Amino acid sequence: MISEMLQHDFMRRALLGGMVLGFTNGFLGSFIILRRMALMADALSHSMLPGLAIGLMVAGLNAGSLFIGGITAAFFVAIGSMLLSRGSRLKEDTSLAILYTFAFSVGAVLLQSIPPTQVELKHYLFGNILGMDNADLWITWGVALVVIPGLLLLQRPLVLTLFDPAVARSQGVAVGAMQIVIVVASVLTMISSAQSVGVILMLGLLVGPAATMYLITDRFPVMLWGGAVLGCLGTLCGLLLSYRFEGIPSGAAIVIILFSVFITAFVFGPRYGLVAKIRKSRHMHDESLKRWHRHPGE
Amino acid sequence: MSHHHDHALKIADLTVSYARIPALHHISFEVRCGQCVALLGPNGAGKTTLLKTLAGLVNRESGTIHFHGREVKGATPDIAYLPQRGQIDWDFPTTVRGLVEMGRYLRLGWYRTYGADDDRAVNLAIEAMDLGALQGRQISALSGGQQQRAFLARALAQEAHVLLLDEPFTGLDKPNQDNLKATLRKLRAQGKLLLVSHHDLPSVAEIFDRVLLLNGELIAAGPTAENFTDENIRRTYETSVFSGV
Repeated sequence: MISEMLQHDFMRRALLGGMVLGFTNGFLGSFIILRRMALMADALSHSMLPGLAIGLMVAGLNAGSLFIGGITAAFFVAIGSMLLSRGSRLKEDTSLAILYTFAFSVGAVLLQSIPPTQVELKHYLFGNILGMDNADLWITWGVALVVIPGLLLLQRPLVLTLFDPAVARSQGVAVGAMQIVIVVASVLTMISSAQSVGVILMLGLLVGPAATMYLITDRFPVMLWGGAVLGCLGTLCGLLLSYRFEGIPSGAAIVIILFSVFITAFVFGPRYGLVAKIRKSRHMHDESLKRWHRHPGE
Repeated sequence: MSHHHDHALKIADLTVSYARIPALHHISFEVRCGQCVALLGPNGAGKTTLLKTLAGLVNRESGTIHFHGREVKGATPDIAYLPQRGQIDWDFPTTVRGLVEMGRYLRLGWYRTYGADDDRAVNLAIEAMDLGALQGRQISALSGGQQQRAFLARALAQEAHVLLLDEPFTGLDKPNQDNLKATLRKLRAQGKLLLVSHHDLPSVAEIFDRVLLLNGELIAAGPTAENFTDENIRRTYETSVFSGV
């Protein structure tokens, strides 16, 4: 099936772009999860919508206009929520919620005014990885080449920040700057994912693989690289699935595959899985019973 | 990890305020390596503020801090801060060894490779804190006392001289408390300076050779025998915090 797939130019591009995209998202996901930023990432992904709409209206449907539009909107919301929470007693989650729902509403209104001939924008909501053109491919690879080496370079101060911001600060880490690094990496990665998995589904690709690894491993490097590999393979499998069954949109297929891997880890994970937990508690129960029989009354 | 017992931590005229309300007022004292110092005072007396200021986490309004003759302005590997248990994400994907290795990051900087020296320092720290058998465990799978020792081992791997501990005895059961007491004695014998906020007055004389009695301002500081007196305790705990006297 794969050799047949590779005969199509659009499929080759989808595989080349999608696997890199999965890798980048899975890699970044560890930072998002451990910083508890999953919902913030979701908010940022939605806040890109007005930017995408304006980019489309101003410069037409092309990768560049959507990239710039989306990135601008997301940064406006990210920075705006930071300013709003620093300038008032509002916490950052509240100010972010206020701003991103507003941004999404503006996006929805703007979309209404776009002529129906340009329905391709709906691909940016649900993704159309098979429609990747060369510009999308360049953006995907470019973002991967910025995000992954950047996060690797800053890995030590980032890990200290993720683990314990207070102690990190006492060790001289610029904690605020590290948070901004994660936000910037997220926005870049999301923009590059918008075309293929869509604004709505991209969070699954971002968080799913790393969440799965989090349930399996106790080592941060394993979580980091494992998430990346899982994101890459999940995207490959999702693409195969949507190629085999034509009715399944590629973005949805990828997220469904990643979710099934996640659920498998949740149930059968060797240490933190459901089955292991049930076994362990029964085991401990047996142990205490045995101890009771050996030394009654202890 | 050689130590000279003459390393002194000098605090002079330290004032710290939160939103213009002073939390610490003109504090001056001097403590030395090889001492185990209790930081005592009622809630809101500024114990945690003092520790955080020494760790470089809180901005000072005035005053200076010197360690071993050098002025301490921000973060330094010489001083390690051990946060209260509640602040830590125990589910973080790290083993005990991984946690102790984090203590090296400050000396390594961003991208110098982790080398044999670092490995040796980590091994020494793990041995010193008696964690050899537990080094592969995830940190939530430790008892409260073992978790304290894991964080102390991280401070040792950092080669810190001054250890700032915020309420380390809170939430430990009796055996673990005894174990921690023994650990603190061992660290003091190695020449570390331990500054420990503490609220259990009956155990002070047993654990600490020096006390700092704090109530917004410094009430008394010095050897436990002379300063941990009924009169000083009364003055620390019975006046309302920061009376302005």
